[in-house]
Amino acid sequence: MSKLVTGIIQPHRLDDVKSALEAAGIRGMTVSEASGYGRQKGHTEVYRGAEYAVDLVPKIRVEVLVADADADAIVDVVVKAAHTGRIGDGKVWVVPVDDVARVRTGEHGDLAL
Amino acid sequence: MDFALDTGNTAWLLTSASLVLLMTPALAFFYGGMVRGKSVLNMLMMSFTAMGVVGLVWSLWGYSLAFGTNVAGGLFGHPADFFGLAIDDAEGPAAAFGIPALVFVGFQATFAIITVALISGAIADRVKIGTWLAFTAVWVTVVYAPLAHWVWGGGMLGADGWLADALSLPIDFAGGTVVHINAGAAALALTLVTGRRKGWGKEPMRPHNLPFVMLGAGLLWFGWFGFNAGSELAADGTAGRAWVNTMVATSVAMLAWLAAERLRDGHATSLGAASGVVAGLVAITPAAGTVTTWGAIAIGAASGVLCALAVGLKHRFGFDDSLDVVGVHLVGGLVGTVLIGLFATNGVHGSFYFEGSQNGLFYGGGVTQLLTQVVAALVAVVWSFVLTFAIGWALRATLGWRVPEAAEVGGIDLHQHGETAYETVTQGTVFAHESKELRA
Repeated sequence: MSKLVTGIIQPHRLDDVKSALEAAGIRGMTVSEASGYGRQKGHTEVYRGAEYAVDLVPKIRVEVLVADADADAIVDVVVKAAHTGRIGDGKVWVVPVDDVARVRTGEHGDLAL
Repeated sequence: MDFALDTGNTAWLLTSASLVLLMTPALAFFYGGMVRGKSVLNMLMMSFTAMGVVGLVWSLWGYSLAFGTNVAGGLFGHPADFFGLAIDDAEGPAAAFGIPALVFVGFQATFAIITVALISGAIADRVKIGTWLAFTAVWVTVVYAPLAHWVWGGGMLGADGWLADALSLPIDFAGGTVVHINAGAAALALTLVTGRRKGWGKEPMRPHNLPFVMLGAGLLWFGWFGFNAGSELAADGTAGRAWVNTMVATSVAMLAWLAAERLRDGHATSLGAASGVVAGLVAITPAAGTVTTWGAIAIGAASGVLCALAVGLKHRFGFDDSLDVVGVHLVGGLVGTVLIGLFATNGVHGSFYFEGSQNGLFYGGGVTQLLTQVVAALVAVVWSFVLTFAIGWALRATLGWRVPEAAEVGGIDLHQHGETAYETVTQGTVFAHESKELRA
């Protein structure tokens, strides 16, 4: 069994999160652009005096597959590296993964991590 | 008839005509950047097709309607006089400046084209391109050509017209009434006839590409030097006066708009800068060769602030003038046309206007010129609004204006032109492409 650690973070924290994960021995990850909001609740933009509420703000989603035993430590690494202390810093969560297969070799489970 | 060619004036007017023609593609991008990504091609096409239709109409009968001999007491020019541009060098108002008639025809064509294209911003995102094409042909014939005749073609608002007899010769150096008040009042009429876009006031309709808007505004400013300095019809000091006023009034209007929105909304925006540029250009147009630098600064400041405030009116009154043609062109045109009554002075180079006009209120001319300007502005507003409303209504009853609601939501580009501007606008094209490859 392995775990999927997903972090939604501020775009400008990506470089720090990446380096911290690499320093913690993580050799692969998936990064994608995302948009959403939590307590931060977006912002407003004004065009020729007309105000638009833009509630979805840009975020980065970082996904890392890890062995069961490493999950808690990796969550801490991401939280620490993504932290600024302001509203909008994001969230990190862990879900169990039934199986993982490496496409190139066909290996399964922890061998595929 | 004797005709003495002035090569300097002729070269300058040919150059100016080319500069003004560039303003319509520039306007296409100024407008195109302000609409949503799913409508940008349609917005560009409304300007480009205006070049197509008006370029043809002007060559066949449009010029003759505007600059032919008086018909119906100066209501319009005789359409047969120069039909198909059968015209000699010495005919036409520019011959006195040593400019062959066809050069003046071309210069005037570019004004007719952009005036029609300006209207399109009021009805963005929602009308059938075919109805728009029909409208452009009818409008330039019925509304634009007569008004151009009144002001520049020797008609009712010219030196021999009733207003010059009753009060004074109205000053419209480069098109405050003929172009901007005309387009702005027509825009108001058409936006009322065509109705609001689906979701207007509820869904966000943000400009999809502000760099396009800035690029368009920059090119408009560039082309406008031909518009204003070219309208002197001579390469002389008054052309230089018009050029400098076009620079300084526009600069001040941009700063004024930015200051107004910084105070009101908290930020100086790129859209505000681009809008302020256009507001200043519009307002200085009728005044360009007839005010001092100080007059130009005052007109620029007034237009920047007043237009920045005026673009909010549509929300209060509930009409969907999508890209603020009313707030910028009608209001800016009125500001410039009326303020001439305060700031006009024959102390600047002897512009040909002062043969029949008076100094403005601030230069010892009393209120005569001010009243004249107000009357000329009102005449243009009423003429354009009433006739455009009638034309728009007739087209609604026959061809119909609006695309289906689903097309408006899905994207007018795809519905009217079978194209999308950007790969990411719809996913349909991607899937169609993939499924074709899978079948192969």
